Amino acid sequence: MLLASAAEPAPRADDVDVAVCGGGNAALCAAIAARRAGASVLLLERAPAAMRGGNTRHTRDIRFAHDGPNAAATGAYPEAEFLDDLLRVTGGETNRALADLTIRESASLTDWMSEQGVRWQRALKGTLHLSSTNGFFLGGGKNLVNTYYDTAERLGVRVAYDASVVGLARRGGGVDAVAYERAGERHEVRCGAVVVAAGGFEADVDWLREYWGDTAAHFRIRGTPYNTGRALRAMYDMGARPIGDPRGLHCVAVDARAPAFDGGIVTRIDAIPFGIAVNADALRFYDEGEDLWPKRYAVWGKLVAAQRDATAYAIFDSQAAGGFIPSLFRPLQAATIEELAAAVHLDGAALARTVAEYNAAVEPGTFRAGVLDDCRTAGLVPPKSHWARRIELPPYFAYPLKPGVTFTYLGVEVDAEARVIDGDGRPFDNLFAAGECMAGNILSRGYLAGFGLTIGSVFGRIAGASAAARVRA
Amino acid sequence: MSEPDLTAEAGRQFAVCNACRFCEGFCAVFGAVELRTAIGAGDVAYLANLCHDCRMCYDACMFVPPHAFAVNVPALLADARVQTYERYSRPSLFAHMFRSPGRAAALLTLAAIVAIASAVSASDGAQALWTPIHGPGAFYRLIPYLAMVIPALVLGVFAVAVLAGAARTYARDVRSSSEDRFASWPSIRTALREALTLVYLKGGGEGCYDVRRGSPWRRTFHGFVFWGVVADLGSTISAAIAQDVLGVLPPYPLWSIPVVLGTLGGIGIAVGAAGLLVLKSLSDDKPTSSRMLAMDYAFLALLEAVALSGLALLAFRSTAAMGALLAVHLGVLAGLFITAPYGKFVHFIYRSIALVKNASEQRRLRDGAPG
Repeated sequence: MLLASAAEPAPRADDVDVAVCGGGNAALCAAIAARRAGASVLLLERAPAAMRGGNTRHTRDIRFAHDGPNAAATGAYPEAEFLDDLLRVTGGETNRALADLTIRESASLTDWMSEQGVRWQRALKGTLHLSSTNGFFLGGGKNLVNTYYDTAERLGVRVAYDASVVGLARRGGGVDAVAYERAGERHEVRCGAVVVAAGGFEADVDWLREYWGDTAAHFRIRGTPYNTGRALRAMYDMGARPIGDPRGLHCVAVDARAPAFDGGIVTRIDAIPFGIAVNADALRFYDEGEDLWPKRYAVWGKLVAAQRDATAYAIFDSQAAGGFIPSLFRPLQAATIEELAAAVHLDGAALARTVAEYNAAVEPGTFRAGVLDDCRTAGLVPPKSHWARRIELPPYFAYPLKPGVTFTYLGVEVDAEARVIDGDGRPFDNLFAAGECMAGNILSRGYLAGFGLTIGSVFGRIAGASAAARVRA
Repeated sequence: MSEPDLTAEAGRQFAVCNACRFCEGFCAVFGAVELRTAIGAGDVAYLANLCHDCRMCYDACMFVPPHAFAVNVPALLADARVQTYERYSRPSLFAHMFRSPGRAAALLTLAAIVAIASAVSASDGAQALWTPIHGPGAFYRLIPYLAMVIPALVLGVFAVAVLAGAARTYARDVRSSSEDRFASWPSIRTALREALTLVYLKGGGEGCYDVRRGSPWRRTFHGFVFWGVVADLGSTISAAIAQDVLGVLPPYPLWSIPVVLGTLGGIGIAVGAAGLLVLKSLSDDKPTSSRMLAMDYAFLALLEAVALSGLALLAFRSTAAMGALLAVHLGVLAGLFITAPYGKFVHFIYRSIALVKNASEQRRLRDGAPG
């Protein structure tokens, strides 16, 4: 016994072929793929069981290439069109080989997901523009995650909740153990391969502060409070090569009354194109009608973040009320613009002046939500290019806005087998990454609805299969 | 929770649902919620009964406790259904039965059994309960025909009257100002199809969340109970025809329509009610309310007792136990009839009306008419 432990530690009950760090979509795809390939798998989920699933809990659709209508989508979405969309939003900054791989592999996702028990529904009302490119899974992301956990456990994947990964033990050109904390106790599990699929670091506000300074204190984190990037840091500690802009955030305008974490989709404010947005000085700062809202809503988080105290207000009148999907919180309401200003602690005269200048600049036109209509301002800086109607019908409404962070772009570089690349540009033997912590290889910036899940699913499967193959080899 | 509190809580929770909409695919409730920016008491009464309690929305919701938003739609609507049942069943004096459904069912049933047994003993002597009786009209020699039929008719007519009154008031209360009548034939046809197929216990194709997620058992067992009741109604009607039109007195032979239907129905109810009782005892009880559960258990236990005592009566009708079994079966039936308007039995009235209203609402939406 003594001899054995000196040379090679004796196997323990919790030793496994593949340890998966994380508990969302990418981690589950990896765990299922590795288990199906014959490996024994332990999944380390940081959250308690009731909160499992990372940010996947807040998702509802996945983007995939398809030649025609199928179980999940209404139209065709050829690979070339998919690639065009990706190149457009990233400005061409993507690892083309990995992008091509992701898009090619995405074509088999619906069938694979259905095999794991996932069910599909027609596109949700209000998101019909996505119905030909994206598949909507029944019940949203938590239902997806629940289905995957059921399948994983049925296949024999062991799941540990409240298990926070704190370190990876390097051995030669790879990793041979994962250290995690659970209920204040440190555990170590020896393993043949590790898949890190534990999301970004957006829930660690101190880490965000390194890049964002005091603005970080104003952020509302829309997703799970458990994405603190500990596993990502563990990969950096091992020498993994970073990829992506550390300041890169997907960030939308949310209601300032949203909770600090986990408010999800229900705190998003979709009112902006229906009125104007002003900052803490009651001044407009960006074209509210620049483009169709689904294409533009994701710029507003950073726009708000750039204002004083990272604060802004969406202002609209009764004519506009009811034209957009309501958020969880009711807007503040007042009979006059001055009273509305008082309700949101803005200078009444300043807001009245901004509204009056805006109203005076509105040109006649025919209002049509959902298309680029001809309602615009003339001679106003910044302009409002579409959907500009005078704010004149009381009562008036205001939503207080803050930046709502969805995910971070910073991650680790990987190759086509999902192997993590070290500082010298060589892949680690048996360390793999999937999901948000490597999505920056492909989606360097910008956003495509449902694409995070595509990357997570594709690379989750690849990482799981590669890890299993590494162990079997 | 008081009604205003429940209405406010429904408004709070549905504001989350309306901003999220992930559950749209599970059932009709969320589509109906989207049509309502403000939630009033009538909306709650409508949505609560449109809900078929598959509970998938609880399992799929990222905002259920321990999340601070504390959304739990099935529990909320279960509480609201209890309020519906209580409010619309008149007279309100009897509606106290809703408060302790188990005790009411047990006491009333026991009292009915004792009353029947005492009446038989008083007229024929206690040994009549333990003496085999054979041949046509055997049941009526023990308990005269009219003594059986008149109480059944009185209880039946009373129950129908209570339920009809309840249906009328409920339909009035959930009618919105923009619709004069929501019951058109196409809406009724849609609602009937949805009710008979129990489509909203399919959870959008996934099943229910009971012993596990995506379970088909709740819908299956409910089907057993429902079609069991239908078969037993058929049995009763065919027996009435045999007796009053054809002049053939019971007990009927094993391979007669009343006995075959009655047996199939009895087995259906016995299996279905037992299955539902087991499911409920094993299910996560967070997405329901304790009062609703108490009502469920009481009603299911009565159904189970009716089915088992009926099957036992069939099995042992030519033995000395026939008298006692007949008294027990009729007593349990009496208990079921008395409590029917004041227990879970009433659920189908409100669900049916809610389904009709929903069908009409969705039709108007499709046709682009205002409303």
